[in-house]
Amino acid sequence: MAGAEVTEVAVVGGGPAGLSAALAARQAGAKVIVVDENAAPGGQLRKQIHKFFGSKEHHAGRRGFRIAEELVAACREQGVELWTDTLAYGIFDHTLGIVRGGTASTLAARSIVLATGASENALAFPGCTLPGVMGAGAAQTFINLHRVLPGRRALIVGAGNVGLIITYQLLQAGAEVLGVVEAAPRIGGYAVHAAKIRRAGVPIYTRHTVLNAAGHGELEEVTIAALDENGWPIAGSERTFAIDLLCLAVGLTPLTELAWQAGCLFEYCGPLGGHVPLHSEDMETTVPGLFVAGDMAGVEEASTALEEGRLAGLAAAAYAGYRSPNLEEEKAAARERLQALRSGPFGEGRYLAHEEIVRRWLKWRDAR
Amino acid sequence: MNDDDVIICRCEEITKGEIRRAIQAGATTFKAIKKFTRAGMGLCQGRTCRRLILQILAQETGQTPGQLLPGSYRPPTRPVPLAALKGEKP
Repeated sequence: MAGAEVTEVAVVGGGPAGLSAALAARQAGAKVIVVDENAAPGGQLRKQIHKFFGSKEHHAGRRGFRIAEELVAACREQGVELWTDTLAYGIFDHTLGIVRGGTASTLAARSIVLATGASENALAFPGCTLPGVMGAGAAQTFINLHRVLPGRRALIVGAGNVGLIITYQLLQAGAEVLGVVEAAPRIGGYAVHAAKIRRAGVPIYTRHTVLNAAGHGELEEVTIAALDENGWPIAGSERTFAIDLLCLAVGLTPLTELAWQAGCLFEYCGPLGGHVPLHSEDMETTVPGLFVAGDMAGVEEASTALEEGRLAGLAAAAYAGYRSPNLEEEKAAARERLQALRSGPFGEGRYLAHEEIVRRWLKWRDAR
Repeated sequence: MNDDDVIICRCEEITKGEIRRAIQAGATTFKAIKKFTRAGMGLCQGRTCRRLILQILAQETGQTPGQLLPGSYRPPTRPVPLAALKGEKP
């Protein structure tokens, strides 16, 4: 075990939420260390080669990986320490157990921001463990980070934004996409993305499911079927595709292990992806000095993760004794941007869900 | 392939049938299923199978996902070489 390190604010996860939190905390004056298990910081932004949309203050028209590059550059310029290839394997009060360079050590901090993101949901069907069946995010890592095509003929499961975007990016990478299979009666993702892949000639099979996958040692074919009103496969509607890649884009689950270990109170919240830690408007959990941001606090988008990170970073710095001179104004501005991002038919459910999580946190605080 | 033969926990190679049988035998929480079958005890610590197991549990017992707890989480949350942990406790 190597020596123990001490900082003022520690951030776990160097994605949009973590980097944004680190930058905000650093700008408030705190000494900040970010730990990230990957070789390079940036999280999922590094794989996002498509342009964001919305308004200018939400990075509209800019590609995710460029936003990551700028955040990383800003963090470095401000003096945030970015520890890559560093695992946070546990949390013990205000100390993280980490493994860096093959040895375990500890990182103690006055306040900690958990921004660990989310993991992809799996589906269980006969043949689901065959090589060639993978998460959409995994396929995106292959093509956009490593420039490796994981298959030539693909089928996608899930017509949410992740499924629609991976479809288009696989096409751009030179694969053939035979269709998108969606169990719901309608497309879940943005119409802009859906229109793009429909124009490219990719059919979207709503009210359909994967029955099974088959192959000798690797994926060779997948059979899908239409679903009736009760969600049961309709006999005779089966259709088999000869493919070597099946991407599962069936949602994400917040990665909350460290928050559970720390003793945070949780609430199950379907629209946010599962159990999420109760948190305040400032993203503080029920463990004083422990903050959360981004997908681990409820699965949303990179743009909301950036704002939540900012709130968490400002509050974590204040907890550590570094109050930003314009703290209240900065927090109010970030909350306003968050609310704008959570408006409309796509955002409203998440807005209400977060409101409920905050209400529960307040109830917990008042009962103390 | 029979539905019962579908592997749910890849790390420990536990099938849907084994999980259903565990539930029928009285393992009606994620924690109990884990102890009964070893599902979720492998390298990924349930990251892939936890949600699938909770879905099976919800179906078999008529509960909603919100009523089910995901079990306990202990360090290490990620695979860590034992050599790295050698020495005193943090």
